[in-house]
Amino acid sequence: MWLDMFLKSDIDKSINPNVVRRRILRSRLRDRLFALGGLVVMAAACLVLLALLLQLAYDGMGRVSWQFVISYPSRFASQAGILSAWIGTILVMFLTALTAIPLGMGAAVYLEEYAPKNWMTDLIEINIANLAGVPSIVYGLMALGLLVYEFHLGQSFLTAGLTLAMLILPMVIIATREALRAVPPQIREAAYAVGATKWQTVRDHVVPYSMGGILTGMILALSRAVGETAPLITVGALSFIAFLPHSPLTLEFPFLSFQWLFDPFTVMPIQMFNWISRPQDEFHINAAAAGVILLLMTLAMNALAITVRARFRKRIHW
Amino acid sequence: MNAEAVLKKAEALRLSSRLLTHVKEKAIESLLLFAALTSVAITVGIVGVLVYESIGFFRHISLLEFLTDTQWTPLFSEPHYGILPLVCGTVVTTVVALLVAVPMGSLIAIYLSEYAARSMRETIKPALELLSAVPTVVYGYFALLFVTPALQTLWPDVPGFNMLSAGLVIGIMIVPYVSSVSEDAMRAVPVHLREGAFALGATRMQTALRVVFPSALSGITAAYVLGISRAIGETMVVAIAAGMQPTLTWNPLEPAATMTAYIVQVSLGDLPHGSVGYQTIFATGLTLLLMTLVFNVAGHVLKKRYRQVY
Repeated sequence: MWLDMFLKSDIDKSINPNVVRRRILRSRLRDRLFALGGLVVMAAACLVLLALLLQLAYDGMGRVSWQFVISYPSRFASQAGILSAWIGTILVMFLTALTAIPLGMGAAVYLEEYAPKNWMTDLIEINIANLAGVPSIVYGLMALGLLVYEFHLGQSFLTAGLTLAMLILPMVIIATREALRAVPPQIREAAYAVGATKWQTVRDHVVPYSMGGILTGMILALSRAVGETAPLITVGALSFIAFLPHSPLTLEFPFLSFQWLFDPFTVMPIQMFNWISRPQDEFHINAAAAGVILLLMTLAMNALAITVRARFRKRIHW
Repeated sequence: MNAEAVLKKAEALRLSSRLLTHVKEKAIESLLLFAALTSVAITVGIVGVLVYESIGFFRHISLLEFLTDTQWTPLFSEPHYGILPLVCGTVVTTVVALLVAVPMGSLIAIYLSEYAARSMRETIKPALELLSAVPTVVYGYFALLFVTPALQTLWPDVPGFNMLSAGLVIGIMIVPYVSSVSEDAMRAVPVHLREGAFALGATRMQTALRVVFPSALSGITAAYVLGISRAIGETMVVAIAAGMQPTLTWNPLEPAATMTAYIVQVSLGDLPHGSVGYQTIFATGLTLLLMTLVFNVAGHVLKKRYRQVY
């Protein structure tokens, strides 16, 4: 009897409209505050990054000039430039793309279109997932032990290009596979129905239709490689190179020279790192200027990737 | 008779061209398989090189000394080979980075997935992902020449190289990874779970924290693990801003070298190939690889354990 009354009064109390209303108000207030907190944190993250980028531009813009772009590094901060660095970056990226793109696309096509379900496929899949999580400097150590000292490629453009190619290979494979997976199976079935072989289906249908996604993935992977510093320091990039590599084009037959592959190399981020690690402020300004140009390079590549993605998406309607 | 011969010939031609096609298809398939196997070769190369050189290292230095000595001075006249100071530097910078990245990344993810309007999400998310394209050496510049001076105005006796500024910048750097992956995970939670919560009178915050977040825990854990793994392996920021001196300290305001910074430091000099000093970077690299591997495996296990099928 007493218990019954107690329970009843408790229920009465909890459905008291004032209490309920207060409760609702309180949780709505908390909800608002939480949303505001999220917004503030997001704005803070964006603002901090924006401030950092503006600071870099502010420090470096005054130093960015044509003279800076066409000068070699120098002992004197005011005469130093990035000529050998940006040419090095372009040559290394060329080698990286030449190695990573065919291998990555081949691997992705195999895994997505050909691979039977067996232990070997599982092994390759697990392996790629794990490779994507390996720190980049570990690739550098591997390249140092294997390419530089075991295969005697030296501390050269070839080594640098191959190192970065190995580093971005998992990225290229993952991006290409995603793009291939987006092609509906009906496309493949239609090709088989008119008698195409597997390779014809892949070459003439699946790959062309997924080209937008594939290209986007490649450009993003290469933009990652442009900024990579650590593995190249490990394989022995030189930061002071006051000469250009041998020209790939020559005047005499056969007009192509591969001498440059074995020349010592430097790249933009290495040059920037070198200038940061000097104590003088003038060199820090050079570093900021190199940083601005490096940042513009990667942002331009990303913008290109976004444009490519948008264009291909517009053209294909399933 | 003549017609029959022609037919026979045509049949033979057809057969041989089919055979040719078959051979070509097989050849292409094996070429593609070869491309897929290069990724395995890379792994074999990484593990092979690190283990091979580390064996050379451990022939001179006992594993016990490597794991328990509290000094790391391989290049001094009286060398000590204790990995602890380097591991300590890595742990401190990683913890600082996580203290920044986990709360910020999670809050941003919750906000983007549960509160933000579609148009806002569509602009913020690519912008955040664009930030992951900023080269790490540029972040190193920020840490040394922007964050450290800022810290020095707060505490004047902070040294020019310190783990705090490196950790903070790494934290900011991995916020986009954490928020992007967690947001994907939360968006994958089916709408009817949210609707159920709303129907019971829950606010958006209650729904986000008590329904969506727990349901997406597998993906969110994966995001954190990805972040940890990145912070451990991050090289340029710590090499530039945290200093190169291996010191056994838990104080983030002090300078200390991490494992990655040590590898960079040795690579910048020229140690003779095959010397113990040269082998130390491989032993350090192996330790680094094992640490990231532990986190990657832990991530996969957690992912499986929390995975819920809708």
